[in-house]
Amino acid sequence: MTTNSTLQPELIQRFHNVIEELGPEQLKQMLQDMHTIRAFEERAEQLYSLGKVHGTMHLSIGQEATAVGAANALQDGDYLLNHHRGHGHCLAWGSDVNRMMAEFTGKETGFCRGRGGSMHIADVDANNLGANGIVAGGVPISTGVGLSIKMRKTSQVCMVIFGDGAANEGALHEALNMASIWDLPVIFLCENNQYAMSMPMPKAFNIEKISDRAAGYGIPGETVDGNEVLAVYEAVKKAADRARRGEGPSLIESVTYRYKGHSKSDKQAYRTRDEVNDWMENRDPIKRFGALLTTAGITSEAEATGMRDVALGIIDRSVEFSDNSPTPDVAGLMEGVYA
Amino acid sequence: MRELTYAEALREGLRQAMTADSRVFMIGEDIGVYGGAFGVSAGLLAEFGAERIIDTPISEAGIAGACVGAALAGMRPVGEIQFMDFVTLTMEQLVLQAAKVRFMFGGKASVPMVLRMPGGSGTGAAAQHSESLENWFVHVPGLKVVMPSTPYDAKGLLLASIDDNNPVIFVEHKLLYKTKGPVPEEPYRIPLSQTQVVREGKHVTVVATSIMVSRAQQAADELVKEGIELEIVDPRTLKPLDDAPIIESVKKTGRAMVVHEAVEMGGFGGEIVARIASSEAFDYLEAPIRRLAGKDIPIPYNRELERATVPQVEDIIAEARKLARGEY
Ligand SMILES: Cc1ncc(C[n+]2csc(CCOP(=O)(O)OP(=O)(O)O)c2C)c(N)n1
Ligand SMILES: [Mg+2]
Repeated sequence: MTTNSTLQPELIQRFHNVIEELGPEQLKQMLQDMHTIRAFEERAEQLYSLGKVHGTMHLSIGQEATAVGAANALQDGDYLLNHHRGHGHCLAWGSDVNRMMAEFTGKETGFCRGRGGSMHIADVDANNLGANGIVAGGVPISTGVGLSIKMRKTSQVCMVIFGDGAANEGALHEALNMASIWDLPVIFLCENNQYAMSMPMPKAFNIEKISDRAAGYGIPGETVDGNEVLAVYEAVKKAADRARRGEGPSLIESVTYRYKGHSKSDKQAYRTRDEVNDWMENRDPIKRFGALLTTAGITSEAEATGMRDVALGIIDRSVEFSDNSPTPDVAGLMEGVYA
Repeated sequence: MRELTYAEALREGLRQAMTADSRVFMIGEDIGVYGGAFGVSAGLLAEFGAERIIDTPISEAGIAGACVGAALAGMRPVGEIQFMDFVTLTMEQLVLQAAKVRFMFGGKASVPMVLRMPGGSGTGAAAQHSESLENWFVHVPGLKVVMPSTPYDAKGLLLASIDDNNPVIFVEHKLLYKTKGPVPEEPYRIPLSQTQVVREGKHVTVVATSIMVSRAQQAADELVKEGIELEIVDPRTLKPLDDAPIIESVKKTGRAMVVHEAVEMGGFGGEIVARIASSEAFDYLEAPIRRLAGKDIPIPYNRELERATVPQVEDIIAEARKLARGEY
């Protein structure tokens, strides 16, 4: 895995085509989105510690590149399913940050009218079929979405994002196999942050790369540096192109790292402070991409650092929006169970 | 007597069972270094080692199956399902295997396993982390279902469950883990299928399970000020059910209500009502038997909605008051 200090010119060379394909505006927007995700997560944590939110939350600080790289490789009309650590995926998908914040704080104006909360944010109008509280819960659903796309003969694709831990749920295997035998347009994106709660990946697998499992389903498998936003973009784009050609699913493993604890109450006894610091200092996806864009002359340094302030402003406004939003009326408690 | 929390009482029971019998071991997600999502097994890894405190991948069907197989082959596993909701991923192994092998094999095999799991809402964990599914298991011949409501019962029922030669679904409650109560230090067992009258009173019988027992106690404390006495009965083991104390209590009070957190329709309360209505207590009834239970909706995230979904102390007070005053 490359580090922050890797010579940026080499990376620019390596991603030359991708940089051309995306163009300066989208590249800058991607960096901005990574900042916005981080700012959202930081505020989420703060709101939680202030007691403004009850329940739990799973922060994706450190994993922004996977969310942003993947979302940018897809098109309007494509589908997304993701998992409990899903704020970043949702923001990268382009879903309204105000309605996300409102959902997080349990307001009627939230994406799920305050019924779902952090773990269930969905933006159904944008084909974002939601985060999931059940590990691997979205994976079989993505196979069904793929089946629908195939039966309806559209050129959509479905991307499902799940963790390394999810890769060991039985239902995931059934879903991948079915997607494979039916050549469904599904991108199985495993966001491997190297721990499933307290379980380090090497203790849960006797293989080194989760993408090696692809061979068992007879589909392409690839492991990418999940902190390198362009690497994620490139791999997901390739899988999406393949899916749109009707050639079937792909399994992509995006290797990244979470900086914060698993959820609200995690003493993190299963890893060392040094390990966390090493990732934060040497492999941070935002620092890296910022450096790449400035080295490539796509942004000025001032512009790149200014994005942090833009992000904070976006998040401030989202909190204002949710603060000014009504809480759900208990009189409507029984609504919404049946269609 | 010394006081422990519900979580500490469970841990002490686990420690004592593992110390006494080398066949007992624990298996589940994040039960080792992490100490379990709710801290029940904190410290046990250091005491018993990774061979007996087995951290698994996220594979609930695998955990349940490993318990069934290990139990069939001479061990006494205690599995942990991190949230009761995830037991849905284990149903085949529990319902079609664990519950039935003994019978299908003509009584030649047994499955001495315990599967612990925290149910219930109240933590803002929303619809997929707040379920109360105990009655699903009550419906399955071959399973036992235990639901402790106090630290004392938690330890005593856990030790009895581990001793039992049948698969036991052991349902804890998230909001009870930090509650405190007297717990003897030495190992003790509370026999399964022994319903307990936890508070005597003459006006209304309240059959309550799990967290609803303490809510009923609080309601009783309030109502007594109005001269209304509740008699609170805790089945503790839902299956097989010891219904005699319930029937006796209703014969005494003539009025009965059931309180549980699980959804009312198809819930355990229906069974209790049926037992009362079809027993000799029927002739003593002075009012319809009432049920107070979870609303027929998934648990919402928003705090006020979540609270409104399941019975609270004030709901029990209101319902018991009406019943006592003859308003039904
Ligand atoms: C079926 C199921 N089992 C267990 C859990 C509890 N749980 C929630 S997240 C998690 C760890 C997931 O690890 P991973 O898939 O690697 O995702 P990460 O949290 O690392 O992003 C666990 C054990 C759950 N929500 N669903
Ligand atoms: Mg993980």
